[in-house]
Amino acid sequence: MDAGGERMTTLAFLGEFGDAIDYIFHARESRAGGSQVGGKELLPLIWTHLEITLIAMAIAIAVALPIGLALGHTGRGAFATISVSNTGRAIPSVALIAFFIAFFPQTPEFWNVTVALALLAIPPILTNAYVGVQQVSRDAVDAARGMGMSGIQVVRRVEFPLALPLIFGGIRTSTVNVIATATIAPLVGVLTLGDPIISGTVHGRAGQIGASIVVAVMAITAELLLAAAQRAITPAGLKLERDPSSVSPLKRRIQTAP
Amino acid sequence: MTALLAQLEIHNRSADNSCVADNGICPGWIADNFDRYLTPLWQHVFLTVVSVAIGFVIAFALALIAHRRRWLINPIVQVTGVLYTLPSVAVFFLLLPITGRGDTTAIIALVAYSLLILFRNFMAGFENVPFETRDAGRGMGLTQRQLLWRVELPLALPEIMAGLRIALTTTVGLASLAFLAGAGGLGEALFDQIAFRSNVLVAGGLALLLAVVLDLLVLGIQKAITPWTRAVSA
Repeated sequence: MDAGGERMTTLAFLGEFGDAIDYIFHARESRAGGSQVGGKELLPLIWTHLEITLIAMAIAIAVALPIGLALGHTGRGAFATISVSNTGRAIPSVALIAFFIAFFPQTPEFWNVTVALALLAIPPILTNAYVGVQQVSRDAVDAARGMGMSGIQVVRRVEFPLALPLIFGGIRTSTVNVIATATIAPLVGVLTLGDPIISGTVHGRAGQIGASIVVAVMAITAELLLAAAQRAITPAGLKLERDPSSVSPLKRRIQTAP
Repeated sequence: MTALLAQLEIHNRSADNSCVADNGICPGWIADNFDRYLTPLWQHVFLTVVSVAIGFVIAFALALIAHRRRWLINPIVQVTGVLYTLPSVAVFFLLLPITGRGDTTAIIALVAYSLLILFRNFMAGFENVPFETRDAGRGMGLTQRQLLWRVELPLALPEIMAGLRIALTTTVGLASLAFLAGAGGLGEALFDQIAFRSNVLVAGGLALLLAVVLDLLVLGIQKAITPWTRAVSA
């Protein structure tokens, strides 16, 4: 028995999941025949998926970050920020994509999907930037002002760095969300990794399950990478303060109790 | 007179037909076809309410356990965090070999997604109970159990209800994808005629409306059962 045959027996033991993993790594004839699916044929789908995610996130950050920082700095617009984030959460992502497709039929589907996803990504970044700046200690801001910093300098050199962990938290939430939602783009004709999932007749169950595994791995990888980046950019002083093992919230309360 | 009315009717119909052909927003079509959104709406309500209810019970149980054994908080947050990160569409199909297609699959995925939100808010609620209050309760001779049900839980209610609201609105959104798992819902109606504006408006609008109504409902309940928070915010 050759190595390939042996591998097949092991995978057969894992049943449908084994077949799905085989689909991920080896191209095969499509169910309808005539074309190849799976394996390296997944690469263009993965690429479109990443492309949509990156562009949507770039748009969302470019829009939400300056507004969040400005609102947080001035302390104005708490109501507006909370309203935007609440409404944003209530709008089903699917409905937003459908809205863009139905109401802007001339725009290429790729851009309709990307802009819809960018809009979905805005609320978490906006809220986190706002809250992040708001929770910067007033003493630090006062000290910066006392040193003669202008408003812009205070934002750039004090508030922004101290708000970075929370801002990154928002970016993390949005990125994972966008990766997840980009899965349904094939429903409106943009071929992302959701294509094998949605076109089950072409790719079979192995394709549906295989692509689901790839999407899940992608979302978790993005989450882990951004979490690591978030830790890396957290200013050393904040890390010390937030280390949960050093002081539990309960103990901290006892210490501050009058 | 009847002839005139009939003519008017025909005129309306033809205006409506061209509207439908143009994929426009057609009030006449919406009025005539509204009833076919009722089944998807009902499926949507069912999926959302059942999933969040199950998620709430599981998260509550986890929170009670973690409240006593605090070392469990981190592992629970990590596991529910992974469940939260997994895209629901992927979970629908990863469950395919195990639970097949249908409501069960959709509900498992939606419950998995809601756990982190609910658990985190339960814990945040417990953390926010002032130490002095807890101490006073103990001083009055309350047992651990009495302390939990009479002091800690009531004081944690605002955070718990806030978690419930977030879980409900996000689950309404995710339930729009449940049709991929064969569980129907408004998403199915939405993608049935994606280019038809009337359809997108009604199906999408109903989903949005459902999220808002459930949110306000829980907010109302919260205001009713936590009268002390009203005094503070007023």
